[in-house]
Amino acid sequence: MKIELTPEQRALRSEVRDFVARKIAPHAGQWDHEEAIPREIVERLKERGWLGSMVPAENGGKGLDMIAYGVLTEEIGRGCSSTRSLLTVHDMVCQGILRWGSRSQKESWLPRLARGEILGAFALSEPEAGSDANGIRTTATAVDGGFVLDGTKKWITFGQIADLFLLFAQLDGKPTAFLVERGPGFSAVPIRGMLGTRASMLAELKLEGVRTENMVGRPGFGISHVVGAALEQGRYSVACGAVGIAQACLDACLAYTRERRQFGQPLFEHQLVRALLSDMITNVRAARLLCMRAGYLRDAGDPGSSAETMVAKYFASTAAARIAADAVQIHGGNGCHEDFAVSRFFRDAKVMEIIEGSTQIQQSAIARFELEEL
Amino acid sequence: MDQIQDKIKEFLSRFFKNHDLQPDEDIFALGFVNSLLAMQLVAFVEKEFGIRVDDEDLDLDNFRSIRAISNLVARKTGTTA
Repeated sequence: MKIELTPEQRALRSEVRDFVARKIAPHAGQWDHEEAIPREIVERLKERGWLGSMVPAENGGKGLDMIAYGVLTEEIGRGCSSTRSLLTVHDMVCQGILRWGSRSQKESWLPRLARGEILGAFALSEPEAGSDANGIRTTATAVDGGFVLDGTKKWITFGQIADLFLLFAQLDGKPTAFLVERGPGFSAVPIRGMLGTRASMLAELKLEGVRTENMVGRPGFGISHVVGAALEQGRYSVACGAVGIAQACLDACLAYTRERRQFGQPLFEHQLVRALLSDMITNVRAARLLCMRAGYLRDAGDPGSSAETMVAKYFASTAAARIAADAVQIHGGNGCHEDFAVSRFFRDAKVMEIIEGSTQIQQSAIARFELEEL
Repeated sequence: MDQIQDKIKEFLSRFFKNHDLQPDEDIFALGFVNSLLAMQLVAFVEKEFGIRVDDEDLDLDNFRSIRAISNLVARKTGTTA
């Protein structure tokens, strides 16, 4: 057993880390405040091939392995969870098409998604359907040459600017996946005032007679297989992004506790503060290892990768939320103000416990997996 | 073919405990197939038999029983069912 990054993965980490330090982290607070990421940063991500980076070379992507993908997502997430969200949802669309798209859908969409010419977003949630995905009410009706969609989608990350939506609707009462472009009958209403990942440009999508020719997979397999494949990708991305938040909190706390003095000595010298730091360090490392294990199994096509990805997401997101809360605690009053990034990390970390399957959904499923394995 | 069915049975038996799953038994009718098992099943047949399950294979009848899955594998690998 060997747990270390390859030279290529280390080189990627250095490249992303340098980019994030210069182009993302210094501005993330402002983007959070403005509730939008600038188009320019999307362009930079495109140039580097970091959108759809796991799309195989034969489909026009970089073909990053899952460990490298995890490194990329962690480092972006370390600087800005909203920017990481763009990678997450875009790559979920790529994964849905890669896994269950037809040959012509793969040929038509994947190269453009991998080049970042179009942005993808994942449209499952509705006002009345969150964790209970089968309860979606959006309908699809078969018509000559395609389908007509009617309904409402809510909390759609980057729904304000995405070009292509992997969207789910009931076709004759069967949950089914579709690819939907902006066009007649489609509108996206921005959602503002989110708690965290505020620059993720969420939208509520209204579909009134929207036409599409593109069903992904087969009727009735939308949730079980297409959502399943896309969400596993999303969970892995969110898990690695949560490690990024946790690492950013740790970095901030190590710097702060060396400089900040109370009772005549640096905070670092106080044992109770060290206890918090030690828990952070341990949990960051544990979360990262769980992510690497999930990534390894995903690369291997192992049937156990779904369960391990859930374990990684559950652990990393809950650890990040705890670590971010402790980071605010260590920063005291400063940590409660937007001038200190830990206040943003705290809000962003909470979101990680909800998206791509809530903590409770993971808890419910992980135990069931294990019981089945006995 | 028997070997293929044996491997499929061994995999599925983890999810159908205390039940001797028969080749033609409908696993959906038994009520234990959730979306996570559905994904695991696809990953299993792909990894175990070196095939690719494509979008056109998404038909419940291809996954309904040990024999149905075995037939899918045989079609994909070009062996005789």
